[in-house]
Amino acid sequence: MSEHRPDLRTWVAGVVFLGLAIFVGTTLPKSVPNSELKSELKSEPRSDTSKNTEPAIAQPDQPVASNAGENPKLAFSPPGDDEIPKNEFGDAIRLGERIFHDTQGNASEFVGNSLQCSNCHLDSGRLANAAPLWAAYVAYPAYRTKNEHVNTFEERLQGCFLYSMNGKAPAANDKVLVALESYAYFLAKGAAIGAELPGRGYPKLARPAKLDYAHGQQVYAAKCALCHGAEGQGQSAANGIVVFPPLWGPRSFNWGAGMSSINNAAGFIKANMPLSQGNTLTDAEAWDVASFMDSQERPQDPRFSGSLAETRKLHHDSPMDMYGQTVNGVVLGQNSPAAGPQP
Amino acid sequence: MLLLLPIHATATYAADARDIAANGNGRDAPACSVCHGAQGAGQPDAGYPRLAGLDSEYLLEQLNAFAEGSRDNETMAPIVKALSPDERQAIAKFYAGLVAPKMEESQKADDKTIATGAALAGRGDWSKGLPGCGQCHGAAGQGVGKTFPGLAGQSAEYIMSQLKAWKDGKRTNDPLHLMTGISSKLSDDQITAVAVYYASLPVAVAASAPQGSKP
Repeated sequence: MSEHRPDLRTWVAGVVFLGLAIFVGTTLPKSVPNSELKSELKSEPRSDTSKNTEPAIAQPDQPVASNAGENPKLAFSPPGDDEIPKNEFGDAIRLGERIFHDTQGNASEFVGNSLQCSNCHLDSGRLANAAPLWAAYVAYPAYRTKNEHVNTFEERLQGCFLYSMNGKAPAANDKVLVALESYAYFLAKGAAIGAELPGRGYPKLARPAKLDYAHGQQVYAAKCALCHGAEGQGQSAANGIVVFPPLWGPRSFNWGAGMSSINNAAGFIKANMPLSQGNTLTDAEAWDVASFMDSQERPQDPRFSGSLAETRKLHHDSPMDMYGQTVNGVVLGQNSPAAGPQP
Repeated sequence: MLLLLPIHATATYAADARDIAANGNGRDAPACSVCHGAQGAGQPDAGYPRLAGLDSEYLLEQLNAFAEGSRDNETMAPIVKALSPDERQAIAKFYAGLVAPKMEESQKADDKTIATGAALAGRGDWSKGLPGCGQCHGAAGQGVGKTFPGLAGQSAEYIMSQLKAWKDGKRTNDPLHLMTGISSKLSDDQITAVAVYYASLPVAVAASAPQGSKP
């Protein structure tokens, strides 16, 4: 596959991008804290809307581009597989790519659900606006409000296993983590360290005046259930291997995962869903179906203190987060399956 | 309503799919096996698809699509119209339950084209917004549920004809028009590559399929 065949459009886009980069680089305030820039897999609820615990969003703040996926050519372009060195380091990169593509098959000891890294990081972590690894890699170390300290990239990866994979964190020197870091480092080849690369994380949609669960349910039935199942349970191939990831329930990501924040889910859905039809849903459809998905029960937050109210206050205090909120008469988190891999 | 009358007349006994497959239904539907083979393995060189082991609901939907015209096919349309709803259902179940060996194509594709197809099937071509085929049809083309048919061991000629049919608007029964969008992004070379790749794979046997016959 010749993914990187340069054509006229690529060149033009490259020149435009360079120009933009120089412009942005020279106009950015010098003291933007890293924590404000980061957005990929943002597990921490946004704190700028904190005290509002109503599920409806009152303030239509942050009018940010909702169509960041429209010009993916502006995004950084990671190297192709043919650039993987043929040595021990190359072996680690390839292992990292295999883990990323088939997490179930290559890192099962750290996984407690039916997901793969590549379910949310499309094109095995290469695709802009689908939380690409190359953009995340150059953004760490960074302070995270999620755990209130400076996180290394290793710690960030550990968080993916603990929350998104509802599993166990590999040790920092574990082969799995070393391979994933090698792969991310390789993909970021040539990217500027500390840069906020276009296409990082998921697009940030302008916040709606309200979230409509019933509308989200309709969108889900019309556009999502075909692949993810009527009950969000996902779907397997005839040989039993999960093909479409479960979106909620015991085999999905847990309440600590970034995707359980409605704003993250809405951005991902808008840019990438239905698969192959990204940017076809309206913003309202993306927001509402995200709020529908994130208003379902899923495995418990591993940080659960024993009290839903306290855990919500500590880790979920955002209108973008339904944990501990009452939906259809049931408090979310109350009936959560236990966190982590179950025997 | 007039059409339904003879159907009700024949629905008093269970349709015998095995008999229809072998001999036709005695009205205007000829034996399926003439084109699709005695065991439903198809005739890959002629582009007659393999039916054995495909999902029964998928097969039934395809039969109905021929009758309705959302699969524009001169051969299948009159045949399916001659089948009662009961007969269609019985035939779909019959072929879903068959385990047939793969019919080898007379001309083998070259390894390079197969490798190109494998890469496309596995990873897609995201420069065009194309996911890998396996992201919906299963990593080895085993098929997923009633919506995403198994592709492993399917006739390359048939896969190519279907991708082109979607591209040309002659097949429009794809849910969410997923395949219409996908096929519109595929180049002719990519269509060939992905078709010969899936044709080169061993036939997938469902976990629930009858034991005793391995690919």
